[in-house]
Amino acid sequence: MSADLRREILRLAMPWIAVAVLLGLWELACTAFDLPEILLPRPSKVFIVFVQRFDILIEFCLQTLWTTVIGFLLAIAGGLLLGLAIGASPFVYSGLYPLLIAFNAVPKVALVPILMIWVGVGATPAVVTAFVISFFPIVVNVATGLATIEPEMRDVLRSLGASNAEILTKVGIPRAMPYLFASLKVAITLAFIGSVISETVGGNRGIGFLMLSAGARNDTPTTFAGLFAIAIMGVAMYALCALVEKRMTRWAFRGQIVS
Amino acid sequence: MAFVDLRAVSLTYRLGKDTTHALADATLSIERGEFVAVVGPSGCGKSTIMKLVTGLLPPSGGEIHVRGARVERPIKGVGMAFQNPTLMPWRTTLDNILLPMEVVEPHKRRFRSHRAEYEARAMKLLQTVGLTDFAKRYPWQLSGGMQQRSNLCRALIHEPELLMLDEPFGALDAFTREELWGVMQALWLEKRFTTVLVTHDLREAVYLADTVHVMSRRPGRIVLTRKIDLPRPRTLASTFEPRFVDIVHELRERIHQEHAA
Repeated sequence: MSADLRREILRLAMPWIAVAVLLGLWELACTAFDLPEILLPRPSKVFIVFVQRFDILIEFCLQTLWTTVIGFLLAIAGGLLLGLAIGASPFVYSGLYPLLIAFNAVPKVALVPILMIWVGVGATPAVVTAFVISFFPIVVNVATGLATIEPEMRDVLRSLGASNAEILTKVGIPRAMPYLFASLKVAITLAFIGSVISETVGGNRGIGFLMLSAGARNDTPTTFAGLFAIAIMGVAMYALCALVEKRMTRWAFRGQIVS
Repeated sequence: MAFVDLRAVSLTYRLGKDTTHALADATLSIERGEFVAVVGPSGCGKSTIMKLVTGLLPPSGGEIHVRGARVERPIKGVGMAFQNPTLMPWRTTLDNILLPMEVVEPHKRRFRSHRAEYEARAMKLLQTVGLTDFAKRYPWQLSGGMQQRSNLCRALIHEPELLMLDEPFGALDAFTREELWGVMQALWLEKRFTTVLVTHDLREAVYLADTVHVMSRRPGRIVLTRKIDLPRPRTLASTFEPRFVDIVHELRERIHQEHAA
């Protein structure tokens, strides 16, 4: 086995090793300090519960997953449109940017009770919370991508006689794409936070609700199993976004393709 | 009236309370098909002239005419190349070169239906600069010199009446730069587009231009206009001939005065 291949295998194995070490330490600490299960269950116990209650977990997980994904898709559409508007027009920028920052500063958890008054319990508050929380990074990134077009590139197009709309479609949008895809990785994890917050504050469905009700029954292992499930979904969706990013904007990863 | 005509053109930038006189009283005219170089000390407003002629910047005073019409907004169909190649990394070299065809009339309307014809045209141009094998590569897979060649091709593909070059060879090594002078001259001899080259390399200016304008320190004025009556095509060997060297010395002397003043 060549040294390069061994390094490559080690590189791929590292994340799993890190997780195993962390869980191992956790397991050891629980046993060594003899912690009661209601405070901190051992990972092995969480795993057993995870397997035993897999059917319930998967049902609630899927509810959370689809509310998150719908909110996330809405955030992409809205964020892309608003980001393009803000990045392309200084007037829209100066008008809306302070408002956006103010809106982003509002804790989204405070919105959930209001949403529930408006639309009742169920999937809608979770979708809306996922949307509003993951919207902001997409807008900012897309606007940044547009705002940082090289002035020379703009000059070349303007002196050819290109209209503003042509500059936007020929340079602006392609250039904003890597920024958009980079923001999606951040946005999808935020979207999970949004939907789970909503389910936890006041829902009757989803993994957040499952954890809340398990907590109320002092069933700490199930609560932790829920946490693990959210983490797994988050990592999976992140990986999916990263894959899409690489596919769509290969040119932005130029170094890795050439080698 | 000449093809490009600047009369007493001045430009003042305002940034808050500061005002910068970039250009004062620039007067020059460029005939159709002429190759003009503008040289001068750094920061003298050479690049400003380019932006004024193409209408990207409005002048603070004076008048600019191109093709007999007063320039008041960006004029269309100009070929431009900067020191930074500004190729689009998401397009292949070929697609980068075809960009003007998607924007400039009348090609814009015909582009989709006659794509093969335009691609052939781009390939022919790529061949003259020796990049045939790199058409399907991306700009970031090319060397600096190759990128600059592609940049020239993009500025020329729509056969502009007016070509503006802002130190296009400035960031290249000496060998590549001198090689591209030859490429540039050959392209110009074939099509004779009116060209304005902004540079601080006096040998480059004398090698390529019919007329060299020397600018003063900021605020820039034209202080010397020198016709270069050396025979074409000029070669690297001609850059070592006494007449060539004398002209370069004469220009350098004038610019030194500016630095000393």
